[in-house]
Amino acid sequence: MEQLKTIGRELAMGSQGVWGSSKEFLELVKTIGEAKSKAEEERIVLAEIESLKRRIQEPDVPRKKMKEYIMRLVYVEMLGHDASFGYIHAVKMTHDDNLLLKRSGYLAVTLFLNEDHDLIILIINTIQKDLKSDNYLVCCAALTAVCRLINEETIPAVLPQIVELLNHQKELVRKKAVMALHRFFQRSPSTVSHLFPAFQERLCDRDPSVMSAVLCALYDMILVNVKPFKHLVASLVSILKQAVEHRLPKSYDYHRTPAPFVQIKLLKILALLGTGDKAASENMFNVLGDILKRSDSTSNIGNAILYECVRTLTSIYTNPRLLQNAAEITAKFLKSDSHNLKYMGIDALGRLIKITPECAENHQLAVIDCLEDPDDTLKRKTLDLLYKMTKANNVEVIVERMVEYIRNISDNHYKTEISSRVIELAERYAPSNQWFIQTMNQVFEIAGDLVPQKVAHDLMRLIAEGAGEEDEDADSHLRSSAVQAYLQILKEPKLPSILLQVISWVLGEYGIADGSHSAEFIIGKLCDIVATRPGDDKLKGYVVSAITKICAFEKAAGQTVDLIPECVSFIEELYASHSTDLQQRVYEFHAVLKLDRDTLASILPMDASCEDIEVDKDLSFLNSFVESALANGSRPYLSDNERRGMGAMTTLASNNDAGTSSLLRFQPYEKPSIPEPAAALVTASHYSQDAIDQHDIYSSAITVSTSSKAPESSSNDGTRLKLEGVQKKWGRPTYTPEAQVPKNPINISDSVKVSSSAAGKEASSRNSSAPPYTERKQPPQEISAEKKKLAASLFGSKAGDTKAKPAAKLQQNGTSKKAPAKPTSPPPPAPAPPPADLLDLSDSLPQTPSVDPVDQLADLISVDSSAATSTTSLVEQVFDAGKVATKGPSPQASLQKDAVSRQVGVTPSGGTNPDLFKDLFG
Amino acid sequence: MIDAVLVMNTQGKPRLAKFYKSLSPVKQQEIVRKVYTGLSSRAEHFCNFVEADEIFGAGTKLVYKHFATLYFVFVIDSGESELGILDLIQVFVETLDSIFKNVCELDIVFNFNKVNTVLDEIVMGGQVVETNSTEIVKSVQEIFKLERG
Repeated sequence: MEQLKTIGRELAMGSQGVWGSSKEFLELVKTIGEAKSKAEEERIVLAEIESLKRRIQEPDVPRKKMKEYIMRLVYVEMLGHDASFGYIHAVKMTHDDNLLLKRSGYLAVTLFLNEDHDLIILIINTIQKDLKSDNYLVCCAALTAVCRLINEETIPAVLPQIVELLNHQKELVRKKAVMALHRFFQRSPSTVSHLFPAFQERLCDRDPSVMSAVLCALYDMILVNVKPFKHLVASLVSILKQAVEHRLPKSYDYHRTPAPFVQIKLLKILALLGTGDKAASENMFNVLGDILKRSDSTSNIGNAILYECVRTLTSIYTNPRLLQNAAEITAKFLKSDSHNLKYMGIDALGRLIKITPECAENHQLAVIDCLEDPDDTLKRKTLDLLYKMTKANNVEVIVERMVEYIRNISDNHYKTEISSRVIELAERYAPSNQWFIQTMNQVFEIAGDLVPQKVAHDLMRLIAEGAGEEDEDADSHLRSSAVQAYLQILKEPKLPSILLQVISWVLGEYGIADGSHSAEFIIGKLCDIVATRPGDDKLKGYVVSAITKICAFEKAAGQTVDLIPECVSFIEELYASHSTDLQQRVYEFHAVLKLDRDTLASILPMDASCEDIEVDKDLSFLNSFVESALANGSRPYLSDNERRGMGAMTTLASNNDAGTSSLLRFQPYEKPSIPEPAAALVTASHYSQDAIDQHDIYSSAITVSTSSKAPESSSNDGTRLKLEGVQKKWGRPTYTPEAQVPKNPINISDSVKVSSSAAGKEASSRNSSAPPYTERKQPPQEISAEKKKLAASLFGSKAGDTKAKPAAKLQQNGTSKKAPAKPTSPPPPAPAPPPADLLDLSDSLPQTPSVDPVDQLADLISVDSSAATSTTSLVEQVFDAGKVATKGPSPQASLQKDAVSRQVGVTPSGGTNPDLFKDLFG
Repeated sequence: MIDAVLVMNTQGKPRLAKFYKSLSPVKQQEIVRKVYTGLSSRAEHFCNFVEADEIFGAGTKLVYKHFATLYFVFVIDSGESELGILDLIQVFVETLDSIFKNVCELDIVFNFNKVNTVLDEIVMGGQVVETNSTEIVKSVQEIFKLERG
């Protein structure tokens, strides 16, 4: 209210004509200013638009009046309303001879129109004329408009005039001409590429303002292509020198700093020119040193130059002495109280550590301060920095920080970005599979549906393959601990779909593998999962497959499976599902249950998700069947084309031939009939009957067929079912054509993706005892100690530690086969990471630390290949954790690995994250 | 380059919005809103840069300064110096101050053509052309004189 009064008072003054606008306009602004609601403002503006529409079209509006109308249109448009009815009048106004009106016209036009507007064509002519005007102000107005209004097509129309203006006597015009050409370069680089020499000539313009305009243009051009400008280094350095030495006119000083913007631009250009060019860089060292010496670090602008200088020094060929200076400046920034300078300091540090990684250690506490600062910009920047300095020895702490950060923000954009970074870091530097799985679980839990599906597939593959080598013990340990962890996680309410999918898959595949959980228990859990997300078809698919597998495993092991009521009702429900994919899965489930023990063991063997699947493309196992059918008088098989040629001669008999299936296109419908067409016919004819009846027929048909067929046929059946379990999950499209599997189910269900519903969480929330992740968020008690610890674990790896480590390693290699006591985990260098260690899932995973799969793997490698090499590589790894390159296993190992996974057909795509395995096997 | 210059008051009303990239009015409005929500939640002592990848695309930043009832916001990409732009805002405001004699929000409201002229003298096509306040004032005055004449 107070504010309104002030406005009113000032308006009263205003209406006396201080601002030289008409009273009406002032009234308008005033009423809008006083509007109490958006709706009221809307009403006022609409009324204004109406009146403008009427009045602007009256004949013979005085030009002064017209100018005011147009200004009012600009105002209306600024408030977000459409004023397109008046555009043409603004265009007309640019034709006016009166400079004031012309300028107003140009101003309005540049505000109204974008470069692709139809009316532009009407202005081109005026612009051409104005560019030739004797009055330099007219030229300037036209040039300003050119920057805004000329698009790629119209550039040639004005280009010659503008090039001419480069030599205009007024420096203002020359400058604006340079800027206009710069704009053209941005629009369409090719149109002005022949003008590079002209630009260079203007670099020596007698007026520094023109020169500085050229610098801006040069910067953009060099950004695109450095080559043609390499020879400019010397002249640019000399310009910079002049600027630094105060030889530009006084008027370019800013707060007694000589031409700071010119300096900054030049430094940016030099950074580009000097990248990876030793000769060019040596030219610059002198002047850069000069700047570092002269710049005044007490003023804002001085710091801007210093920062720029640091940036340049870190991108050009390195000079140790200057880098030392740069590090000092960075230190000063970091120690400053100003948030702005801290921000710059963090950024500069991020650049410095690329060259001299050790310099980070001096600034540990400053960095941690920034990380804990409430200022979000600063925090984010610091996370950027941490991301850049992540190594194997601090990945756990950094990832923990990042996870904590995404846990606390709601902005999806940054959540996605940072979680993808977490995933990247985890894949690259994961100290152990255990840790990797836990980290992924957390990311899924927090960022849930923002995580790409591929990550989930990678995770499942990792669990399935384990360490990937022959060490079954470690693998099964990894799996059972994964199962444990997931069972724990399930207690939390509100889990994202993607995590639940992973959980379902893991439970289905390994839930009962180690014998510590009963099938009923696991199936119960699976049913609970579905209950939390009733609308999620994709998840249901995962769960049905998981239940199928568990039942098959149980039966194959000779036990009987009594489905719990929830499960039965869940399955029953799906018989009538709208999703054909789900229907198919439950029918298969039923069919599988009816099979005998041996068949089951062969179609759904335990832990075979990574095994190779042989597909008999020719269906040769059906030969005997075909022969007997032919002998019984059936017609031979005709291909689709042949049949077409024969008109409507198609017969069921030819359809009976199993080979037909390879040509049918609507696979989802035809699928059940593929192994046994006769059965399919029966089923189809009974579709109208009630459900139970139908199942019986369906499944009995299957059983009859399989038993009547030779054993090969059942194995074929098995192939199919296994494809369900494996191929669909991993979404490898290459399989589908050969194997005749119905459309990739993931694709199907993608289209049915149903957003999570909040209902039905009781199931998982009811046992809320001891959620593993919440307790780790204990606040730091003594800040300083905490910080120091954090610092140590971030920057650590001090000499003492590194000495101790290799010894342990070597010993370990010596004793080879025995399961070592977890030395490979990234050296928690100093006292060990802070108590709030997110990796500590030991509650839920009691045996975790005892056996580390990676260790055992390391042992294996050392046994398999020559012990000497792997020892050295391990030592190297300890000493030089930063270098990723040295970390990998022997190339053969990875090749082998690659070959294996290719064979298996579960590699999502070539080389998606080779680093993951590199490091896991390192 | 500079992608946009926004002046808005502390209630989020735009007082000047100049974009150096073509954007539809709807998008512009949205940007103004987003920028405002981004800025209004920041405390006075926080640093004057906000990373704006989400609003303007990768690598862009908002450099802003808060004067009385107004936010002056420059949207820049990686080709500009943050601290430098911060000073440029200072130049802009100083220039406005010397042209309007103790500039206040209302001056900008009622004289947005003048403000636009001033801005055109400082930033053109997304590049900084002039940073000297007195120079800017001189050329702007010259234009105004011609207009009146």
